Amino acid sequence: MPTVAPLDLEGHVVATAFLGDVPFFATAIGAIHRLDHGHKVTEANDGLLACVRDEASDTLVTGGEDGKVFRVAVDGTATLLAEVPRKWISVVAAGPQGAVAFAEGRTTRVRLADGTVKEFTEARTVEGLAFAPKGLRIAVARYNGATLHWVATAGQPVDLEWKGAHTGVTFSPDGRFLVTSMQENALHGWKLDTKPGADTRHMRMTGYPAKVKSMSWSAKGKWLASSGAPAAIVWPFASKDGPMGKAPLELGTRGDVMVTAVACHPVEEVVAIGYSDGMVMAARFSDSREVLLRRPGKGAVSSLAWSKNGKLLAFASEAGDCGVIDIAG
Amino acid sequence: MTEIASPKPIPVTVLTGYLGAGKTTLLNRILTDNHGKKYAVIVNEFGEIGIDNDLIVESDEEIYEMNNGCICCTVRGDLIRVVEGLMRRPGRFDAIIVETTGLADPVPVAQTFFMDDDVRSKTELDAVVALVDAKHLPLRLKDSREAEDQIAFADVVLVNKTDLVTPEELATVEATVRAINPSARIYRTSRSDIDLSKVLDQGAFNLERALENDPQFLDHDHADHVCGPDCGHDHSHDHHGHHHHDHDHDHHHHDHDHHHHDHGPSPIHDVTVQSISLRGGEMNPDRFFPWIQKITQTDGPNILRLKGIIAFAGDEERYVVQGVHMIVEGDHQRAWKDGEKRESRLVFIGRDLDREKIERTFKACEATQA
Repeated sequence: MPTVAPLDLEGHVVATAFLGDVPFFATAIGAIHRLDHGHKVTEANDGLLACVRDEASDTLVTGGEDGKVFRVAVDGTATLLAEVPRKWISVVAAGPQGAVAFAEGRTTRVRLADGTVKEFTEARTVEGLAFAPKGLRIAVARYNGATLHWVATAGQPVDLEWKGAHTGVTFSPDGRFLVTSMQENALHGWKLDTKPGADTRHMRMTGYPAKVKSMSWSAKGKWLASSGAPAAIVWPFASKDGPMGKAPLELGTRGDVMVTAVACHPVEEVVAIGYSDGMVMAARFSDSREVLLRRPGKGAVSSLAWSKNGKLLAFASEAGDCGVIDIAG
Repeated sequence: MTEIASPKPIPVTVLTGYLGAGKTTLLNRILTDNHGKKYAVIVNEFGEIGIDNDLIVESDEEIYEMNNGCICCTVRGDLIRVVEGLMRRPGRFDAIIVETTGLADPVPVAQTFFMDDDVRSKTELDAVVALVDAKHLPLRLKDSREAEDQIAFADVVLVNKTDLVTPEELATVEATVRAINPSARIYRTSRSDIDLSKVLDQGAFNLERALENDPQFLDHDHADHVCGPDCGHDHSHDHHGHHHHDHDHDHHHHDHDHHHHDHGPSPIHDVTVQSISLRGGEMNPDRFFPWIQKITQTDGPNILRLKGIIAFAGDEERYVVQGVHMIVEGDHQRAWKDGEKRESRLVFIGRDLDREKIERTFKACEATQA
C-alpha cells in the first residue's frame, strides 16, 4: 500500500520537484521548502510566480513578483541570476548548458552559463517558454502561435502560426513535436520535421472542458498527458504523425472533479493524476488500471513530481496541504 | 495566518477615461483614503502613482480574440495572467482595481471577468467607472470613438474638472454623457474628489444588486414615461428624451440645456452611441428568452451593454438581466414588493441598433400578446 507523508505549508504551493532524492515545494509567498533530513526552508523571491526544475544541473529556477530570477541548489542555496526591477517574472524555463530563460512583457531573455544575456522580442506578450531538448533553441508561446529562436547563433527565427492565444509550450523529448496549450481549452501541436505549410504539420487536440494547465511527456516521449478534463487526457505521439486520427486515452475518469495536474512516471507507462479536490491517483496506460494514492484534501493539486527512480511522488496543493507518497509503501 | 479558499469572490473595479481625465488622481485617492481596505492595482504604466504599494502591477494591455469566430469575444490576456498570480495570495488585498490606458476599449477588460473560467471563479467585476474631463469632452468626442465607448460602457461616470468649466458647459457635458449612457450614475467632481462609496463596491454586475438603486430605473416609477419606448422615435431625436432626463435630475440645468439646444450646435451630434429604453408589461418567458438570445446573437457586436428588470407572468419574483455584447446573464433577484408595478424594463446601449425592430419584437414577448 502506498503511504503518504504529509507536509502542511502556508498558502498556495506553486510547484513541487525532486532535486536528487530531496523533494522541494515552492510556495507563492516565495518560501522554498525541502524535506532533507528534516523540514528546511529557503527564502528566494518576494512572491513566487514560476518555478521549474533544471534537469541539466538538477536545480530549481524561479521567477517572481520582485522581478528576480533565482537558481536554487539541492542544499537550498539560492543564487540570483537576473533581475528586471518592478516587472513580474511569471514565465521561466531551464535549458541545456546552464541556460535559463525568462520573460516579462514581450521580451524573452536567455541567460547563458557565462552570464551573457540574449534578448528576443515578440510582437505580442510572451506567455510560455520551453527549450528544445537538443541544440540551444527556445520556443516562445504567444498570441497566434509560437516562435522558435536559436539562442547562440544568428539563425532566422521560425514562426509557427495558429490563430488564438497560446499560453504554454513544450517540446517532445525527441524534439520532433512542439505542443502549446491555449486560452480556449485546447492543445495545438506542430510537427517540426514536416515542411512549413504542409497540411500534416498541424495537430489540433480539442474537446477539453477546461484550460489545459499541466502537460507531461511519458518515458521516451511516446505519450503526452494533460489536465483540463475530468480524466487525464493522454495523446499518442509514438507514430510519425503524432496523435492525428487517433483517440487519446482517458485515464482516471471521475464524475465532475477536474484533473488539475499530471506527471508521467520516469520509467513506466504510468501517469500520476492530481484532481481539483486534492485526490491523487496513478493510472497505467496499457490497461487503464487505477491506484488511489491520496484521498481528497483541502485544495486542488497544483503540481506533481516523481523522484528519479519513480518510487516517490511529491504533490503540491493550492491550499498548502502537500506531501510525499511512497508508492511501495 | 492560514489562508482559506475564500468563497466570496474578490471585487474588481475598472477605471477608464481619456488621458488627462483624472484617473491617476482618483487612484491615488483610493489608495490613500482612510478606508482600511487594501487594493491590488493593475496599471498599464506606473506613471504618476505616488504611492508606495507592493501590489501595483504593471501589465501590457494584451487583447485576445477568442477563437470562436465572434469578433466581439475579446479578453485581456495580461489580466488573466496577473489575476491568476494575485489570487494565489488572496489574503493581501480586499479588492482589485484595473486602470486602463486612455485609449483602451473597456469591453475586453469586462469580458475577461465573464469569459475566462479561472478569473470568473475567483473574482467578480464590480463596476466600470469612467472619468470624463468636462473641459475637453466635446473635443474628445469629435476625434475619438474610445472616449464615447468608455462612457457608454460605464456604470458610474465622474464628470471631472468641473471647476474648469462654466455652468452652461457643465450642463451640456452632462447632457451629452446622459445621451450616450442613460443608465449610468453620473457625479460631478473636481480633482476626482468623490465619496469613494459611490465608486467602489457598486455591485453593478451582480445580478442580485444590479439595478436595485439605479436612478434611471427608479425614475421610470414616477416619471412620465420619458425614457420609455417613446424615448426616441428617431435616432436623431434621442437627446430630447435624455434632456428630459436631465431635467428630472437637475432642475437647475434644464433651461441651460434648452438654451443650448436652440442656439448652439449640440455636442450630441458627435454621439454615435444610441440607447434604446424599453418598457412593457408582464412577459411570456417562452417568448422572452428566445428573443433575448436571438437579439444578442445577431446584434451582439453592436450591443455594448444591456440591463433590465423583467416581470414574468405568474412569477412572484423580479428577473434581472444584463449583458455585454453577446454575453447575457439573468437570474431571479427578489420577490416583487406589494404595490410595486409589475412591468418589464430593458435598456440597450450600442450602435446601429434597429430601434423599431427591437421595440416591436420586445412588445411581442408580452404575455398579453396573442
